[in-house]
Amino acid sequence: MTQLPPPSTKKLGLVIDLDTCVGCHACVISCKGWNTENYGAPLSDQDPYGGDPTGTFLNRVHSYEVQPDAGAAQLIHFPKSCLHCEDAPCVTVCPTGASYKRSEDGIVLVNESDCIGCGLCAWACPYGARELDAAEGVMKKCTLCVDRIYNENLPEEDRQPACVRTCPAGARHFGDLGDADSDVSKLVAERGGFDLMPEQGTKPVNKYLPPRPKDEMPEFDVLAPYLEPIAQDGKGFAAWLDKALSALPGGAK
Amino acid sequence: MHPAPSVIVFTVFSGIGFGMLFWLGLGAIVPTGFGAFIWFAIAYLFAVGGLLASTFHLGHPERAVKAFSQWKTSWLSREGICAVATLFIMAIYGAGLVFAGTRLGLLGFLGAVGSLGTVFTTAMIYAQLKTVPRWKHWTTPALFLTLSIGGGALMTGQIWLTIILFLIAGGLQFYAWTSGDTRLAASGTNMETATGLGHIGKVRAFEPPHTGTNYLMREFIHEVGRKHAQQLRILALGLGFVVPVILLLLPFSHLLAVLAVLSHLTGMLALRWLFFAQAEHVVGLYYGKR
Repeated sequence: MTQLPPPSTKKLGLVIDLDTCVGCHACVISCKGWNTENYGAPLSDQDPYGGDPTGTFLNRVHSYEVQPDAGAAQLIHFPKSCLHCEDAPCVTVCPTGASYKRSEDGIVLVNESDCIGCGLCAWACPYGARELDAAEGVMKKCTLCVDRIYNENLPEEDRQPACVRTCPAGARHFGDLGDADSDVSKLVAERGGFDLMPEQGTKPVNKYLPPRPKDEMPEFDVLAPYLEPIAQDGKGFAAWLDKALSALPGGAK
Repeated sequence: MHPAPSVIVFTVFSGIGFGMLFWLGLGAIVPTGFGAFIWFAIAYLFAVGGLLASTFHLGHPERAVKAFSQWKTSWLSREGICAVATLFIMAIYGAGLVFAGTRLGLLGFLGAVGSLGTVFTTAMIYAQLKTVPRWKHWTTPALFLTLSIGGGALMTGQIWLTIILFLIAGGLQFYAWTSGDTRLAASGTNMETATGLGHIGKVRAFEPPHTGTNYLMREFIHEVGRKHAQQLRILALGLGFVVPVILLLLPFSHLLAVLAVLSHLTGMLALRWLFFAQAEHVVGLYYGKR
């Protein structure tokens, strides 16, 4: 059913650290690999080796330049996948009931055998978390690797989403954000984790950790304070030229 | 939003088709026998043809019957139910007129209400989307309904009703355009809230996640086509409303009526193209686009 279940106490999700992410796209590749080889329709590519390659991905890494009022611009890598929203608009718009949110752990999934590929759920998602697969004609989205996290055939350290398992920088964390004492919840509280587009009212479960403030470069030249500024009462040709140019209309003083 | 031809054709033609069924159901014209057959055939051709066109954009049209199940939450599901129920009711009503020459007034009234319901639920599919601020406004269902019954009035030859409804629709459309132009900015969603990085400074898309295009960009970002928007708006208003009204005010002839219908249809297609091409989905912000 596409009616949303009452909020679950367990809210599985990701915490993504924008301070640590190095923008290597390893999470993108491991996600594509796992979700092509395992549960559900494979994530197809069209014209992968040609001039106009496209394909289905459940996780993509954007890069943004942020310019503070003062100081140098910062480059921030920004992985984005389904946020498993508590108030998921993609679920309620689905006409067939294929799109649903699990009542036990809050994961948002698509039942691919019920999906008619109308695309309305992707229209309703503000985050671009859903992509219609061009080969299969069904909607694909992040499953939070539901076939890994509960999979007892895998060694325990592998029972987390592929993107989290593969991240070489430790920028992705998986856990229960409904439990205030979980590691991920503590991380969010400590670092001031935030929601994407909170004004859309989707109440995302996934949180993002902001980049830490940049250090101020200390004044390390011990002699600098003793150096007098360049002489103000200069003489000679350069001083004359400076004065003459300043005297021109619009000249810098 | 990507202006998919299938959806443009669907909304324009089924809108006019259900508008015709609305007036036929209310008994604004009461044809009987073979005449009634022609009227209903045209209305069904428009309404059903439009619905069939809309299935072309589905990934799995063979599963379409499942779409009737989620009426509790989904406007698309409600639309499907409304459309099929209305077409069923109006088929019985039409059969009464064609074969028995009798008007089953109650069925006609129900069919008329169902026609309005179908157009309204179609409009709500768009008007419900918080992700497309331009559409999330009362003018979306108001326009869909006025355009539908206006087009229906034109097709069923009710000159004064058509003129009045076209004047209202033209005004509504003008207001929807001018007020819609600022609605994304007014929605409060921007690159800073999308990335949550606004507390540091101004955000600029530096590098997209992929070198080529993808489903999201094809479906939701359509900047190129907006170049001629102003000219198309004037053309759509002129062909959709002004020219048909002038043609209807001239002494009646069948040729002028056909020209009025063709002009209105052309205007409507341009108008609906703009409805999609000019709509900005907030996901474009992640790509630094609108």
